[in-house]
Amino acid sequence: MVNNIKARLVRDVFFKSAICLFAFISLLPLFLILYYITKNGIAVINWDFLTSLPRPIGETGGGVFNAIVGTLILIVLSSVLSIPCGIAAGIYLAENKTGRLSNSIRLSVIVLQGTPSIVIGIIAYLWIVGPLKSFSALSGGIALAIMMLPVIVKTTEETLKLVPYHLKEASLALGVPYYRTLLKVVLPSGMSGILTGILLSVARITGETAPLLFTAFGNQFMNINIFKPIDSLPYRIFYYAMSPYPEWHSFAWGASFVLVVLTLSLNLIARGISAKWKIQF
Amino acid sequence: MIRQSKKLTRHIDRSERAFTFILTLSGGFIVLLLLGVLGTLFINAIPAIREFGVFFFIARTWNAASETFGALPFLVGTLATSFLALLISIPFSIAISLLLGEYYKNGVVSGFLRSAVEVLAGIPSVIYGLWGLFLLMPGVRFIEMQIGVAPQGVGILTSSLILAIMIIPFSASIGREVITLVPGDLKEAAYSLGATRFEVIRNIVIPYARSGIIAGILLALGRAIGETMAVTMLIGNSNFLPTSIFSPANTMASVIANEFAEATGVTSASLIYVALVLFFVTIIVNIAGAYVIQKLSIESSREVT
Repeated sequence: MVNNIKARLVRDVFFKSAICLFAFISLLPLFLILYYITKNGIAVINWDFLTSLPRPIGETGGGVFNAIVGTLILIVLSSVLSIPCGIAAGIYLAENKTGRLSNSIRLSVIVLQGTPSIVIGIIAYLWIVGPLKSFSALSGGIALAIMMLPVIVKTTEETLKLVPYHLKEASLALGVPYYRTLLKVVLPSGMSGILTGILLSVARITGETAPLLFTAFGNQFMNINIFKPIDSLPYRIFYYAMSPYPEWHSFAWGASFVLVVLTLSLNLIARGISAKWKIQF
Repeated sequence: MIRQSKKLTRHIDRSERAFTFILTLSGGFIVLLLLGVLGTLFINAIPAIREFGVFFFIARTWNAASETFGALPFLVGTLATSFLALLISIPFSIAISLLLGEYYKNGVVSGFLRSAVEVLAGIPSVIYGLWGLFLLMPGVRFIEMQIGVAPQGVGILTSSLILAIMIIPFSASIGREVITLVPGDLKEAAYSLGATRFEVIRNIVIPYARSGIIAGILLALGRAIGETMAVTMLIGNSNFLPTSIFSPANTMASVIANEFAEATGVTSASLIYVALVLFFVTIIVNIAGAYVIQKLSIESSREVT
């Protein structure tokens, strides 16, 4: 009997240590990735790397300025395209909890969220690049906007559902029209959640490469015309990583460092917002 | 006075209607967007569907020069990489979700582990690919040399390893959520009977949370199937049927990424056909996962009330 209990306790301890071991092992890649990015990234990053254009192989120096600008342009483009529609659809879902249209929208959001990014790239190619007969920043922005849309709709809906009903009732009781109640009472009290959702979706698309492969395409020159191909950090990393030149490989690490800092800080800010202005009633 | 207020009411009415109209329009737009995506893929794939039909999935040659296309190598590549990745990741993701949902619900350990998992989920896939190219690939090549296979370094095993790392955060976070949902009184009842923690986990927590854990695994599978960049960089891009887990291959997503930009005519239509299939597979997997999660949350809310 005593032996039996001892065996059970031993098994308990053994199980716990196995769990801890597995969890620890799964964190190893994370540290290795961060270590490699920092070690190889810091080595190439300097002012020149951040502010000059790529140079042809053989010339020393050069940087990723056009890729940074391109990524920012793509972010602005896709945000402008997706945020208004996403928030409006989110409000619709929060206000109409049941109904045929709401259910279809919810299903569409789930499906769009799970759609592989490469498929969205093909769609943007067929819709924009084909008719315009040129790779363009616009098509890249549209592809990324399609990826942002479901995230924004979902967070808007979830946040607005948390806004207590009595706020809305109080406003309606004062004779405020329904649409003003939504715009001036419900939406502002859910703002922090919506903002978090937007930042998270921006962080998600900042690192996306697959939808840009045949839409924004990449461009080794500076470009701010949205109807021309534009460069982006993830595309530059892919291009440099697949090249046979060691110098370009080190540039890929430098660009990765910039990209990781960008996405992680977006994530951090998003988390800060949701922690600081958590809806309190 | 009365006329004025009438005017005001009419004005409000009009804005009201416009507002509801905009909301409905945006909602409807999302549904239209999805239908548009489906329709576009289907229409553009028609030449390939007409040419190859269902045999597309069992033909094993993919040759742009002779315009014969069969997607079997990519189907096999996608299935092999994602299921292998799933197999590798399951013990780790379950370990993390148990640790976060059962052993250390809050405190320093859990805070640290949770933010680490979040960071892991936030790293862009192209960076996973870059890292895999310079660290994982030499490692696999070394193993291949030891056991005497052609040391290519890239291939199904390498891609599965990187995919496994990438999907751990997804199944772990969903697993954690369902494990915290396990009712405390069930666990306490088992403890009061003298069960050890391991026995509680094995006999109470895991059976109770099983469907949620499976949903998490399904969603992770959906992500693994659609993942493009890291796999494209590590799989070796060979259009032949893979023969072992070390051989280079192509997945549905990676063949599109590699060939679509230069494709024309039937080649392009065949690639869009592949995209259509990929789209349907991920839809099915994702809807199944979402359905299980929704059912679970309804059940748990019923128990509270």
